[in-house]
Amino acid sequence: MTVLTTAPPTRADVVVVGGGPSGLTAAAALAEALGPEATVLVLDREVDAGGIPRHSDHTGYGMRDLHRVLRGPAYARVLVDRAVAAGVVVETRAMVTGWAGERGLEVTAPTGRRVVEASAVVLATGARERARPARHIPGDRPDGVLTTGQLQNLVHLHHRPVGERAVVVGGELVSWSAVMTLREAGCRTVAMVTEHERSESYAAFRLLGRLALRVPVLTRSRVVAIEGRGRVTGVVVEDGAGARRTVPCDVVVTTGDWIPDHELARTGGLELDRGTRGPLVDAALRTTAPGVFAVGNLLHPVDTADVAAIDGRQVVPAVLEWLGRAAAEAPSTLAGLRLRVDPPLRWVAPQVVDPSGPAPARGRLLLWTDAWVARPRVEAVQDGRVVGTRRLPWPAAPGRVFRVPSAVLDHARPDDGDVTLRLA
Amino acid sequence: MSTPADHPRSVDVAVIGGGVVGTAIARRLAGTDLRVAVVEARSDVGDGTSKANTAILHTGFDASPGTVESRLVAEGYHLLGDFAEATGIPVERTGALLVAWSEEELAALPGLREKARRNGYDACELVAATEVYDAVPSLGPGALGGLTVPGESIICTWSTTIALATDAVARGAEVLLEHRVTAVDATTEGTLLRTTGGDVHARWVVNAAGLHADTIDGLFGHDRFTVTPRRGELYVFDKLARPLAPLIVLPVPSSRGKGVLVSPTVYGNVMLGPTAEDLDDKTATGTSAEGFAFLREKGERIMPTLFDEEVTTTYAGLRAAVPGGDYLLERDDERRYLLVGGIRSTGLTASIAIAEHVAGLLAAGGVDVGLRDDLPAPPRIPNIGEAGLRPYADAERIAADPAYGHVVCFCERVTAGEVRDAFDSALPPRDLDGLRRRTRLMNGRCQGFFCGADAQAALETRGASLLAGADR
Repeated sequence: MTVLTTAPPTRADVVVVGGGPSGLTAAAALAEALGPEATVLVLDREVDAGGIPRHSDHTGYGMRDLHRVLRGPAYARVLVDRAVAAGVVVETRAMVTGWAGERGLEVTAPTGRRVVEASAVVLATGARERARPARHIPGDRPDGVLTTGQLQNLVHLHHRPVGERAVVVGGELVSWSAVMTLREAGCRTVAMVTEHERSESYAAFRLLGRLALRVPVLTRSRVVAIEGRGRVTGVVVEDGAGARRTVPCDVVVTTGDWIPDHELARTGGLELDRGTRGPLVDAALRTTAPGVFAVGNLLHPVDTADVAAIDGRQVVPAVLEWLGRAAAEAPSTLAGLRLRVDPPLRWVAPQVVDPSGPAPARGRLLLWTDAWVARPRVEAVQDGRVVGTRRLPWPAAPGRVFRVPSAVLDHARPDDGDVTLRLA
Repeated sequence: MSTPADHPRSVDVAVIGGGVVGTAIARRLAGTDLRVAVVEARSDVGDGTSKANTAILHTGFDASPGTVESRLVAEGYHLLGDFAEATGIPVERTGALLVAWSEEELAALPGLREKARRNGYDACELVAATEVYDAVPSLGPGALGGLTVPGESIICTWSTTIALATDAVARGAEVLLEHRVTAVDATTEGTLLRTTGGDVHARWVVNAAGLHADTIDGLFGHDRFTVTPRRGELYVFDKLARPLAPLIVLPVPSSRGKGVLVSPTVYGNVMLGPTAEDLDDKTATGTSAEGFAFLREKGERIMPTLFDEEVTTTYAGLRAAVPGGDYLLERDDERRYLLVGGIRSTGLTASIAIAEHVAGLLAAGGVDVGLRDDLPAPPRIPNIGEAGLRPYADAERIAADPAYGHVVCFCERVTAGEVRDAFDSALPPRDLDGLRRRTRLMNGRCQGFFCGADAQAALETRGASLLAGADR
């Protein structure tokens, strides 16, 4: 881990808030682009940088950004090492608690309470799972009800036993990640409960789940109560027909249902998108606050770590452009087509795409759907006219990001107003 | 903590119940030459009804005039306010606004102002709808007018019990945790309390057992009342919602209770509740789908944008409801026994006044309750309120001790130093909930997503695992 050998900086060319995959990647790329004279500072509140992959000890990390496959903790280490090698100062146990001016940040760290003045700020604060109360699950309040994050922390960082029989709430990618972690901790998953008609994860996962992990998936079902005084003894599950039964268990893991950690974005006065609840951004990853940028799962809760990391590279040109010009020249609004979605689509990121500006990362718009569509056709509608259509060979699946080529916008006209994306 | 059975612990006064009322009584009596013990069934003080109320420091404006409750709430308001200032219990003087949503409620407001006057509270003012919306712009449509209660304040209920108990201990009281009273035997000198933690002999016994006061009363041979647990469910919203609720928004009380309020909390959140539902089970602190639905319906009407914000937590508390609706404060000279029963949610505000009243009852029973002149200064307890300077934001404190610069609970900004201090205190936590009530650790929006595993380790190492050099 990086240890600061000098006094912590109070001024930096770029401060990246959050040392997960997107923040570390952005910092490394910016440090390389700006050269050794510049100060690029990552502030991470955890004891070790690396973000969620630190405690997500299974494989599948790094495919799209590093072009190799790593386990989570190894992936986190690679990203930290790369940032440090690029000259980034990675300061851990350093929590940004608020703003001091437009690009000043209040920081609490064991080294002291200070304000760091930055020429540019990149928010990379990530996302978290909604915990049980935010999911409105009533009942007793016993021990043993965890989010995936807490579960993986317990198992992979603290090496704790968790229990013997678990019910996993949710059927997303992360839900299977929870199942694997439970298995490693010697805890059997006795049921996975999802409101959708099928587990929302990739087919390979579902097959693996059925065959190897042998997890019964209760579809079109929901947990309507948690039981147990002191320790969980069971959950009450209601199926699609309204029938209820109690599933005995001593662990409940509420998975997925992500919400961006948007506190700094909100207190900084950034405009938020109602769908993602993260900052409104354009394809270059500018926010509505001049000199403040945002990357990663703060913007699209949540995509895989590698896609979040790729945002870290996508943001570089806009940050360099900002650093190279006077603040007065900066436009106060984001320029381009404003994107919106119709249900069952829940959100799209980025929300602003300038036809004359950069394309979104990997030429993909990221969307979220609340309904499963096997072979979706996506339409872009502007001023009542369909201006683009794409039929996609992959499904629109709840619980994971639905990627749509940004070329669907190619024939939208710059002056004809908002573009709405919908499933035809 | 246990005492050999053949050698029971012996005190002058045993206070059964370590809630806000019991600890206030113990603190008062420990200020005399009496030997005092709090006999508490659970593993912490303030772990029953006291931990889960609406945390309002009441003026008593809406009490029933002429009742004991009315007098003690009005007195307690000032006594607890002073004690809070001396000890650092978080209090915010937000004021409250009763909002009338119907002609009937609007018509009731002048009567409420008159009732407040009869309770000795003269500061209420009638305000028009425009002033209501000026005060709380986030209110939903349909408010017809309001009544201000400028003195109503919000307080930290957890810190209150901790501070009272800490002061009681500093004055010489013992706090006997995990001592559930199972039987009482009369002796020539008083009473032998049989408890799960060993026997305790006391010359006088004060029953401040809250929800279980009727059971204890029965052990002393009385059959006077029944405590009905009245469940109140509450929603706590994210800190980002706090600007929506600059003050306490009260409903106009009806015959069915005080109704649902929206209140800021001293931790910077917004609270919606409580429901009111009489139950049979005194351990039923679970929440219910019906309660959630009821609160959502009410909340969306009072403050439509509230449910756009994230829910941080939900909880349910049980109030001790008794018939008659007034406090039951009675002395039994024959058994040298005092009942302090029927203390509803107002007991938080009234706690210190109830303690004074109990001291008076004992004095009338021939016990010398004069305060010693060598009392220790009130303890300063750690500030967990947002209005005061918290350690994470205190540059001087961090410079002197880096542990206050290491934030271990991100959502609530609790530092490793505060967790360590909790374990080093006169009343260290024995479980995670106790740690949460002392520090706010894990009480925030992530509910343990980030810090839960660290908190568990901290509990097992008494905070050491979080300190510098104790890296994983």
